[in-house]
Amino acid sequence: MALLEVENLVARYGRITALDGIALTVEQGEIVTLIGANGAGKTTTLRTISGLVRPAAGTIRFDGRDISKLAPNDIVRAGISHSPEGRHVFPRMTVRENLELGAYTRTAKSEIAEDTEQVLGIFPRLRERYEQKAGTMSGGEQQMLAIARAMMSRPRLLLLDEPSLGLSPILVQTIFGVIRDINARGTTVLLIEQNARQALAVAARGYVLEVGRIAHSGAAAELSASEAVRAAYLGGAA
Amino acid sequence: MAVATRFGSSLPAPLRTPGARTALVFAVALALPFVGHNGGFTNFLADAGAFVLLALGLNIVVGFAGLLDLGYAAFFAIGSYAFALLASPQVNVHWAIWPQGGIHVPFWVLLFVASGIAAVFGILLGAPTLRLRGDYLAIVTLGFGEIVPQTFLNLSQWTGGPNGIGSLDQPTIGSYKFGFDPLPYYFMVLGLVALTVWLANNLRASRLGRAWMAIREDELAAAHMGINTTTTKLAAFAIGASFSGLAGCALASKLQLVSTEQFQFQVSVFILAMLVLGGMGNIPGVIVGSLVLSALERFILPQATNFLHGLGFASIDLSNSRFLIYGVILVMMMLFRPEGLIPSGQRKAELHAAEDDTTVAGHEQELYTEAIR
Repeated sequence: MALLEVENLVARYGRITALDGIALTVEQGEIVTLIGANGAGKTTTLRTISGLVRPAAGTIRFDGRDISKLAPNDIVRAGISHSPEGRHVFPRMTVRENLELGAYTRTAKSEIAEDTEQVLGIFPRLRERYEQKAGTMSGGEQQMLAIARAMMSRPRLLLLDEPSLGLSPILVQTIFGVIRDINARGTTVLLIEQNARQALAVAARGYVLEVGRIAHSGAAAELSASEAVRAAYLGGAA
Repeated sequence: MAVATRFGSSLPAPLRTPGARTALVFAVALALPFVGHNGGFTNFLADAGAFVLLALGLNIVVGFAGLLDLGYAAFFAIGSYAFALLASPQVNVHWAIWPQGGIHVPFWVLLFVASGIAAVFGILLGAPTLRLRGDYLAIVTLGFGEIVPQTFLNLSQWTGGPNGIGSLDQPTIGSYKFGFDPLPYYFMVLGLVALTVWLANNLRASRLGRAWMAIREDELAAAHMGINTTTTKLAAFAIGASFSGLAGCALASKLQLVSTEQFQFQVSVFILAMLVLGGMGNIPGVIVGSLVLSALERFILPQATNFLHGLGFASIDLSNSRFLIYGVILVMMMLFRPEGLIPSGQRKAELHAAEDDTTVAGHEQELYTEAIR
């Protein structure tokens, strides 16, 4: 049984259909990427999985349990953590306070301390900035904080929405390295990216979204090699 | 950080802990009415104390949770009318057991009942506004602030309409009646202020308090953290409203009267101005802001008017233009000291950090060059 199974997912904003019958699965331990143009429905897919958008139809099963009617806070408790597009760190709080809020759903202090140590190990930069206000940090540091904060709920599935957006090429490498690292430590990752080349390089499998539907899917290597995907998302027949 | 410790270390040794400073402030507050034995001054202190309660309550909603509520006087009205209806000859019901007619629940019980009723209305009025943010929330709460006093005005068979409800019960302790002397009311209000300060302080540091701050900073991110934004916001409305129930009981029993004029829109603005002036989210700031505006209204404007009359400007009455003056104060605060007279420690540290921190771009560059190496 897959960790996440999405079937026939439909989501609407008023009369506009954003998702028109999406089906996807994420197996335990995988990195799966969702690529596609602006407005294809990538972010809506993640927002629907994490309960922020109510699906109009379809099912979302996490670990065999239907979560499509759960509130966002219950979905976090169930083990899905979502690092939103645009980072959304708490700007006037310190790195420490941001991480504490990441662990909001948890109570065991010793485990939280353990996980804090772990994420600071993954992101040494955050240890240096530990008592600094998140809003005064650079974009790259804020992105690191957003991912670290999402890890603080000890998720089984991490949803990452455009983690490389607006970062310098070197930082993009760092962030993708970290995604691999987090995955290697046992967290399953569903990743949205515009940077399709990078996303397909870290992911095992991928789905290509086009205006609310899955247009292509398959192993990352196959998608990278596919003419249609190359033409549309990888900058032509390079 | 440095700023916060600098403030503490410049004080004499016994005053370096916040607890000691709080104790000193309360000791001074206890002694205040005996300075000069002026009944008018004690009366002012009791009223100002009730407004401190209101400001602390609104601070939960606006300061902690960041929900701009322009109709807070509605909860004050509900708390006051709850008290008035349950502690006066106003309502005659067949199950009433009191020989003098009406309902006369003991004052100390009503303190809890009235704040509980205000809290329930906090939830009822808060619920429809949950999806609203910023300006929209402000407009809807403004509407509630208008609707509630109007409703009390129109329900005249119970509320006496424009006449209000009079002959309210006075608090008693054993056989001692509070009577018409403001002094016992002042001490009671001071006790309630101590209670609410303690509550607000603990709430701020609690899990709920952190959830409020998170919603204030970024509601979307708060939802991503697993915070139930619905219940968290309703808790802010309920707890904020409950403080106004305490203030309603205290002030109504002291005045022996409630009427809808006490709960007009200006009152909501007046309380909000206290927060802005003192420092939103910061408990000592809110108290100072509240006392300054109360004093401005009661003493400073009338005396300045007298002074101007003495100078020959007989046509000027500053009390009539007090909202103009509050407006000017608020604009000045926003321009020159947006964090309030006494900003919260967090804000102070933040401003200081901004000075230390040369440039954010610098970090980015540093990170970049480091990565290249």
